[in-house]
Amino acid sequence: MQANRRRVLQGLAQGAAGAFVGGALWGGFLRQSRAAPTVLRPPGALADEADFARACIKCGACVSACPYDTLRLADLGEDAPAGTPTFTPRQVACAMCVDIPCVRPCPSGALDRAMQDIGAARMGVAVLDPSTCLSMQGLRCEACHRACPVIDKALRLEYRHQPRTGVHAFFEPVVDPDHCTGCGQCEHACVMDVAAIKVLPRAVALGRVGAHYRIGWEDDAPVTEGFRQGPAPAAADEAVPGLDYLNGDPP
Amino acid sequence: MSRLPRWLVARRLVQVGLLAAFAWAANAGAGHLLRGNLSASVLFDTVPLADPFAALQMLAAGHVLATTALVGAAVVLVFYALIAGRAFCGWVCPVNLVTDAAAWLRRRLGLHGLVRLPRTTRFVVLGLALALSAALGVAAFEWVSPVGLAQRAVIFGLPAAWSVVAGVFLLDLLVLERGVCGHLCPLGAFYVAAGARPMVRVAYHDDRCTACMACHKVCPERQVLAPLLDPTARPDFVAGGACLNCGRCVDVCADDALTFTLRPPGARPARLPLAASRRHSP
Repeated sequence: MQANRRRVLQGLAQGAAGAFVGGALWGGFLRQSRAAPTVLRPPGALADEADFARACIKCGACVSACPYDTLRLADLGEDAPAGTPTFTPRQVACAMCVDIPCVRPCPSGALDRAMQDIGAARMGVAVLDPSTCLSMQGLRCEACHRACPVIDKALRLEYRHQPRTGVHAFFEPVVDPDHCTGCGQCEHACVMDVAAIKVLPRAVALGRVGAHYRIGWEDDAPVTEGFRQGPAPAAADEAVPGLDYLNGDPP
Repeated sequence: MSRLPRWLVARRLVQVGLLAAFAWAANAGAGHLLRGNLSASVLFDTVPLADPFAALQMLAAGHVLATTALVGAAVVLVFYALIAGRAFCGWVCPVNLVTDAAAWLRRRLGLHGLVRLPRTTRFVVLGLALALSAALGVAAFEWVSPVGLAQRAVIFGLPAAWSVVAGVFLLDLLVLERGVCGHLCPLGAFYVAAGARPMVRVAYHDDRCTACMACHKVCPERQVLAPLLDPTARPDFVAGGACLNCGRCVDVCADDALTFTLRPPGARPARLPLAASRRHSP
């Protein structure tokens, strides 16, 4: 009886030890591989990478539905977790099909299959490296601008004075994250050996304005409650406004 | 055994045929017989199918699945639980091709494993899969599954995943006999639990049995055959969820003592009368 109980307890302890070791290794691998900050996802993907990783069932339906072989399933050892859909714009960019065939068959809710407007896709955002961009050297290129499916909104050219010759202009490609879908046509079209414009996940590339900032000069910007109700400024009777204050004693 | 092992041939045709159908839809685009893969798919462009264990992990991870995947998982679960038992492991899963090959080679070479583990280990792995899914917010087994890696390697042509397939083969051949499918795989464990009392079963006709033990030699879950020769048990069919209805025993039985049969779902084996004594003397 004693020996039997001893064996049972030992078996339980062995099982628990095995589960702990296995679970620690397994969990460590999962933690490592779910942190995939540089991975681009299909259109209509859940915006937060953690949500997408949770929701994708790895069936490859989106990949099979992609008519341009843009989407592919990640293999073992890639940045993206094995079996999840991704794309590499430098190889094949997203063609932004108006009927969005890739999102329709998604069975799990990882992609928004009801999505109607491909222009609303936010797969990533294009980011320019001015130090290697031809246009930023003062040469004519604008390959990215011409390739952009949302031309002049997502990617526009701003003409800036070119001081070296004094008579020419820089045609600076400027990305508007409010319109850029992250399709990667610009990155694909860039003529540099390594693209000077690249699509990065929005969470990597974009900052976020603090909630307390008010862009007061934009018409639709909300104005802080009570902001304009403060005491009226004293009448400016001085010759130079602010001079008294600047030269007065500190409060 | 000179007869055609017809269940083995049928099983290989189904296993390879499913992969071929998936690969055809994935790569040729048209021909929507079966589109997707073993994680989730659509049959004839209408019936959704999904891996119920993947769905369970995703629910544990905190993702409320879209209806398509939920319905698909329910369809598959009901099919195996009520009708086919653990047939996924023997008839569908591509890893079975690999582990059966390892078992065959091991028998031919007379090799033995390096370590032993209890068969219940798979339930510990199953529990771990669900616990890790809940703790880390990702479907834990789906991220490392040799089943998923192997089928995607074939269907979508992903070369790196083949290393895992090779690993499964070597583990089964030299380290742990029937290691992956019989001891470690939580998907297998899931179907062991889900397919405990299905309709399709292997019937035992003890009046024809000569206790030649040919079935024991080939059975991937040998323990399910043990009650047949146990005088205190004597069930009229091979019971338990671990039997994967692969039919190898039916194939190799030279005395027709084992045959596929249909029972009402939920049926328990009846005890065979002792009077119908075997021709052998144990």
